[in-house]
Amino acid sequence: MNRLDTQFAELKKKNETALVGFVASGDPTPSVSLELIIAMCRAGLDILELGIPFSDPTADGPVIQRASSRALKHGASLANALEMTVTLRTITDIPIILFSYYNPIFSYGVESFYRDARAAGADGVLIVDLPHEESRELTGCWDEDDAFALIRLVAPTTPTVRMRTIAETASGFLYLISKTGVTGSSGLDVQSVRNHITDLRGVTDLPICVGFGVNSPADAQILAPYVDGVVIGSAFERTIEEHLTDPDLVNRLEEQVRNYKAALRPVPGEE
Amino acid sequence: MQKQSNRTEQLQTAYTGTMPDEAGHFGPHGGRYVAETLMAALLELERAYREITVKPGFRKELGKLLADYAGRPTPLYYANRLTDYLGGARIYLKREDLTHTGAHKINNTLGQALLAHWMGKGKVIAETGAGQHGVATATVAALFGMGCRIFMGVEDIRRQSPNVLRMKLLGADVMPVDSGAGTLKDAMNEAMRHWVGSVEDTHYIIGSVAGPHPYPMMVRDFQKIIGEEVREQMQTALGRQPDMLVACVGGGSNAMGLFYPFIDTPIELLGVEAAGSGITSGKHAATLGEGSPGVLHGSKSYVLQDENGQIMEAHSISAGLDYPGVGPEHSLLKDAGRARYVSADDDEAMEAFHLLCRLEGIIPALESSHAVAYCLHAAPKMSTDSVIVVNLSGRGDKDLGIVSDYEDKKGSVKQ
Repeated sequence: MNRLDTQFAELKKKNETALVGFVASGDPTPSVSLELIIAMCRAGLDILELGIPFSDPTADGPVIQRASSRALKHGASLANALEMTVTLRTITDIPIILFSYYNPIFSYGVESFYRDARAAGADGVLIVDLPHEESRELTGCWDEDDAFALIRLVAPTTPTVRMRTIAETASGFLYLISKTGVTGSSGLDVQSVRNHITDLRGVTDLPICVGFGVNSPADAQILAPYVDGVVIGSAFERTIEEHLTDPDLVNRLEEQVRNYKAALRPVPGEE
Repeated sequence: MQKQSNRTEQLQTAYTGTMPDEAGHFGPHGGRYVAETLMAALLELERAYREITVKPGFRKELGKLLADYAGRPTPLYYANRLTDYLGGARIYLKREDLTHTGAHKINNTLGQALLAHWMGKGKVIAETGAGQHGVATATVAALFGMGCRIFMGVEDIRRQSPNVLRMKLLGADVMPVDSGAGTLKDAMNEAMRHWVGSVEDTHYIIGSVAGPHPYPMMVRDFQKIIGEEVREQMQTALGRQPDMLVACVGGGSNAMGLFYPFIDTPIELLGVEAAGSGITSGKHAATLGEGSPGVLHGSKSYVLQDENGQIMEAHSISAGLDYPGVGPEHSLLKDAGRARYVSADDDEAMEAFHLLCRLEGIIPALESSHAVAYCLHAAPKMSTDSVIVVNLSGRGDKDLGIVSDYEDKKGSVKQ
């Protein structure tokens, strides 16, 4: 079994929901970024979404926009994110999903990207602006490899018939966008998310992770019973941004990850 | 070596048949590279576009608006004194500057607003660089009684302030965008972000032949009236078609509108990009000339990017050309060798601006001045019985502040 399948199977045994954490690689600097990610893994992160900063992140809110530009100022790139993946593989076995806009990957070359990402130890890639209609030129590079996934997204605006089409070619897990809007938007509508999850379960057996708009451990805890994973991005990036010069940044982020993970474990005494 | 491989690529890519294909591809360019949240809206828009815009009722209503409200057809004017001055090809100006709101942008905004109206959308948003598309959008929003938000970079708000005032007078909310260089690219980023959150009741009026499918096709189709009129007007005036068409290219909508009806006609199509401070300075907006294939703002096309696939800032004295991307159909026309793309720098555009003011009594937009600049160079080398049509895509009132700043700077250099 590949790392993603193994991880979801193990979490299921423990009755836990996966904590999927996004950080922009290289934010604020390459060395601090590596230190922060190692601390997040130590604190119980289940899946890492390693962001590849892009100059024009049109699906991201202000927090992740600023994270990307901080990282770019210090030379962040796809190649550097792959190097970081190699280093992380020596200390952790959790699934690592590269999170990118399409242009950095297209510019790198789709075949080289697959070869190098796979060799670095990444388990898949999620591309915000690559809907299934355009994804064949990329996924065609790894038709025979079931240990590398293109994580596909489903939005609240995706009709059920389209969900089915997306699910047919999906692997790893499905990423459900909780609300229309950019990353870090506020106002989680739990009932609406539950309805979309129900629709999505009708067309797939893959794990479902929910992201965009999950802003607190309490939000995560409310969603936990219905989903297989919760994606936290802007909340972590906000901590990095607010404590850039704080010597205690690593500990703060580590504790925040612990709090989120605690919210995703079953409450003792309940089943 | 580089030239050799480009050559091979060109031979393999042809502009044939109907473009784009069903998924919005113009050969290797175009397509839909957007967040999943927007896909349903793009598919709905495409369906509505194909169904509604062919209806006789829609055609009639749009035709009436273009004639009575926008002032079409625009004249095709023989620039006698400019022609004499240059002493070569006869130069005709397609006077898009004489439309209501003063630029070709109104052709597209009327079409899209009417479509949005038929689709039952009550709000529109748009990005703008020079402010011409923003004004044209604010205008049609007022006309149809729609809510309107215009995203504009802070640098462009500074250098095109008359248009900001016009948009506000027309009832639009102008949203300043301070990310990046505060120009057109950043305005488009922010408009797309806003649209992701408002897609259910808002139509996004993209102003160029850029963006995800169906925009490049739809905007081209709303702009092709420019070339269709030129065809008829040339036939009436000279009983023949011109030898060359010239238009400036930022995103490329006025050029595409002029070129499209002539793609199967054996005449030269010439797009003029902004060379800014000069190509070698690296501060330019010559996307087709200097860029490479990439994905920006929802489609695959040439873009200005660094070796890591990060989009670079463009530079031009003309806010409307100050964009590191270009419409995908132009990218195909370039690859196929069907159109040729050259560039004019800030100084050349400014020279052309002054020449047109003094010789013809026409104050052109700085964008359109780039197209005129190419003629200054090309016309004298052509025979006196050859004919060039230049798209005078907009008027220059909005640029007076930039022109006077430029003169001040040049003056201080001379002293």
